[in-house]
Amino acid sequence: MFAYVVRRVLATIPVMAVVALFVFSLLYIAPGDPAAVIAGDQATPQDVERIRESLGLDRPYLVRFSAWVWDILRGDLGVSIFTNLPVSTMIAQRIEPTLSLMIVTLILAISIAVPMGVVAAWKQGTLIDRAVMAFAVLGFSVPVFVVGYLLAYYFALEWDLLPVQGYTPFSEGFWPWLENLILPAIALGSVYIALIARITRATMLEVLQQDYIRTARAKGVGQRAILFLHALKNAAVPIVTVIGIGIALLIGGAVVTESVFAIPGLGRLTVDAILRRDYPVIQGVVLLFSFVYVLVNLAIDLLYTLFDPRIRY
Amino acid sequence: MDRRSFLKAGVAAGSVAAAGGLSAPAYSQAANRTLRFVPQANLANFDPIWGTQYVVRNASVLVWDTLYGFDEKLEPQRQMVEGEEVSADGKTWTFKLREGLRFHDGEPVRARDVVASINRWMPRDPMGQLLRAINVELSAVDDRTFRWVLSAPFTKMKMALGKNATPMCFIMPERIASRFDSFTQINEYVGSGPMRFVRNEWVPGARAVFQRFDQYVPRNEPASWLAGGKRMMVDRVEWVIMPDPATAAAALQNGEIDWWENPITDLVPVLRRNRNIAVDIADPLGNIGSFRMNHLHAPFNNVKVRQAVMTALSQQDYMTALVGSDQNLWKVMGGFFTPGTPLYTEEGGEMMKAANMERGRQMLRESGYAGEPVVCLVAQDQPITKAQGDVTADLLKRLGMNVEYVATDWGTVGQRRAMKNPPGQGGWGMFHTWHAGADAINPVLYNAVRANGDGAWFGWPTVPAVEAEVPNWLAATTLEQERAAIGRLNRAAVENVVYCPTGFFLGYQAWRRNVSGIVKGPIPFAWGVSKS
Repeated sequence: MFAYVVRRVLATIPVMAVVALFVFSLLYIAPGDPAAVIAGDQATPQDVERIRESLGLDRPYLVRFSAWVWDILRGDLGVSIFTNLPVSTMIAQRIEPTLSLMIVTLILAISIAVPMGVVAAWKQGTLIDRAVMAFAVLGFSVPVFVVGYLLAYYFALEWDLLPVQGYTPFSEGFWPWLENLILPAIALGSVYIALIARITRATMLEVLQQDYIRTARAKGVGQRAILFLHALKNAAVPIVTVIGIGIALLIGGAVVTESVFAIPGLGRLTVDAILRRDYPVIQGVVLLFSFVYVLVNLAIDLLYTLFDPRIRY
Repeated sequence: MDRRSFLKAGVAAGSVAAAGGLSAPAYSQAANRTLRFVPQANLANFDPIWGTQYVVRNASVLVWDTLYGFDEKLEPQRQMVEGEEVSADGKTWTFKLREGLRFHDGEPVRARDVVASINRWMPRDPMGQLLRAINVELSAVDDRTFRWVLSAPFTKMKMALGKNATPMCFIMPERIASRFDSFTQINEYVGSGPMRFVRNEWVPGARAVFQRFDQYVPRNEPASWLAGGKRMMVDRVEWVIMPDPATAAAALQNGEIDWWENPITDLVPVLRRNRNIAVDIADPLGNIGSFRMNHLHAPFNNVKVRQAVMTALSQQDYMTALVGSDQNLWKVMGGFFTPGTPLYTEEGGEMMKAANMERGRQMLRESGYAGEPVVCLVAQDQPITKAQGDVTADLLKRLGMNVEYVATDWGTVGQRRAMKNPPGQGGWGMFHTWHAGADAINPVLYNAVRANGDGAWFGWPTVPAVEAEVPNWLAATTLEQERAAIGRLNRAAVENVVYCPTGFFLGYQAWRRNVSGIVKGPIPFAWGVSKS
């Protein structure tokens, strides 16, 4: 097991190298000019050119790429073209809101979606099952920003229960932290809840047909124990896989959610950096997201062994 | 007080009282000393010389002071300067600084700081470049006096040093201004303005914080735009960046922010229905919509094609697409300069107001246009350029032109418009933008109207008759002389279609009614603004 983990961690190095090469090349060939954005709309072409030179954007691809790789190998993600702040500082400023949003969304989604899926499978064909499935279809179909606006309109503007926007750090108290995250987490989690609920229902339906479930029933085991101890544990592997895959969904959704609720997270940092062509920031954030995704996949693989003792690495 | 604020205030007052701290009224007073403001864009960098975006300028006026400042009549008034003397030949200016000026690091403002700041500003600014060309010596005489010796008289000196067009001549400490050239970003934000920049609370893309500078000595005169006493009525100004207008509107209605610089027109009716919110025009100098044609390549290297387009275009169509049908918000222009300002003229501007499609088609046929494609760059991420681009595409198609509509983002337009290649080789035919009315008040600040070929703005028009009037305006000593020069310039610019203005339009600002002292102006001036 330990050797497997070490092997997987080492395998992230070539993955990250490929991501780095890909991201850098993509940005290099993409149109757009940060110097033009910096100079402002009224700047002359000569001003733009001078700024481009001062930023080193006129240097050849290989020179820029090797300088960037050398910096990364020394643990330096570079400095933002616009803010003059180290990329690592900018990421550090933004990581807490995004992490908080994702954690709250995950907790919310799993705690709602798994029981929903289990109950829908148990009550297959009934009104409850149909209601859960209808919710799942709705969750998939309605875009995050629509859910976000509706929630903000009713919970903030109409009923004045929660704030419309912003983020309060955890260090300023649990409730101030949480109250800013409730609406964004529901908005972001709606697709995720739908996804997990559907997969939970489908897997549970399959498991509930198995002989050992019938045996458990014959032995007089209670319904709750059958569902949550016997069936759910055996249905867990695909559910955990979907939760893991869904992390990428959350990262993508966070971009929109953070914009709608004005949360100063990594999603907004990424969008701002892309619109301005702030290359070091884009590269840094994409590398970070890729690294997180690789680690999440590793964690999911390790979790399999917990739910299914037959799986060995 | 709304439900949530009431609950929060109760909880806060309770906890503070339990801790033996501030009383409940003191807590409320502290909240009233913070002004939460949503700016037009993200403050992504904070060097007003290196980055000349309006949002940077707007934040910079809080932190850095200027030698002179424009008042609401667009006249430069003394600000950091106590007085000035001009030699009889007009070539030597001697300035004396006010007493008691201090930087935020506690150091006094000295003449050598001013000299270094002017030297850093000059290469980036059109008026600065004119001064640089006739500069003989700029030097500090003593701590409060500096002298500028020129090789020729420069009557617009105070305007150059006090204008609000970006880049403004902000005064920084010498150790900063001399260490970074105009094209390198500073990394210390020390000014002598009424607010300090709280760097450790700056989260680019999310928040920028300014704290009142207690040692700032405002002038005694009442504030008028950038002139007069800049008295801060709040202790702290927080800029909250909100990329989504709907969120900003909801936050304003909910009392989470106090002042929103530029609500979009669509949301104004919603805001107006809220009795706690006031909505008014933001800047009486407004904006001028425009599209620029590339004078280097076909078809727009042919003046007759440009004239055909200008004749056919209806400014009303553009303005309706931009700001809606409320005619109080827009105006059809017959000239290039900002309507309502002293130099606005419609001399020779009949073609701009023609809106005659039939005549335009006829002119296009006569021009020899051979169906060359028009590469029309339209930034989709800017509502103003998007709306204009759609109207232009329709206009050109109806006119009978072959339009290649390039939907892209502003970052790409910024790069591509600098290319002089033919449109088929990565170049372009036209792009859309807009000009702040405050910048379009004279021909030196307003680089879009200049037509000096390679030295001109993107599109590179060459019209000697336009350029001939710029020195005439500079040398003019009376308003009549200035107007005469600008009249001739306007006529030449229209005849040659330097670019196509698409109309003059105004924008809104909105604020909570417990905020007072907000004025209309080209910059959201925070001095004089208070909260109750």
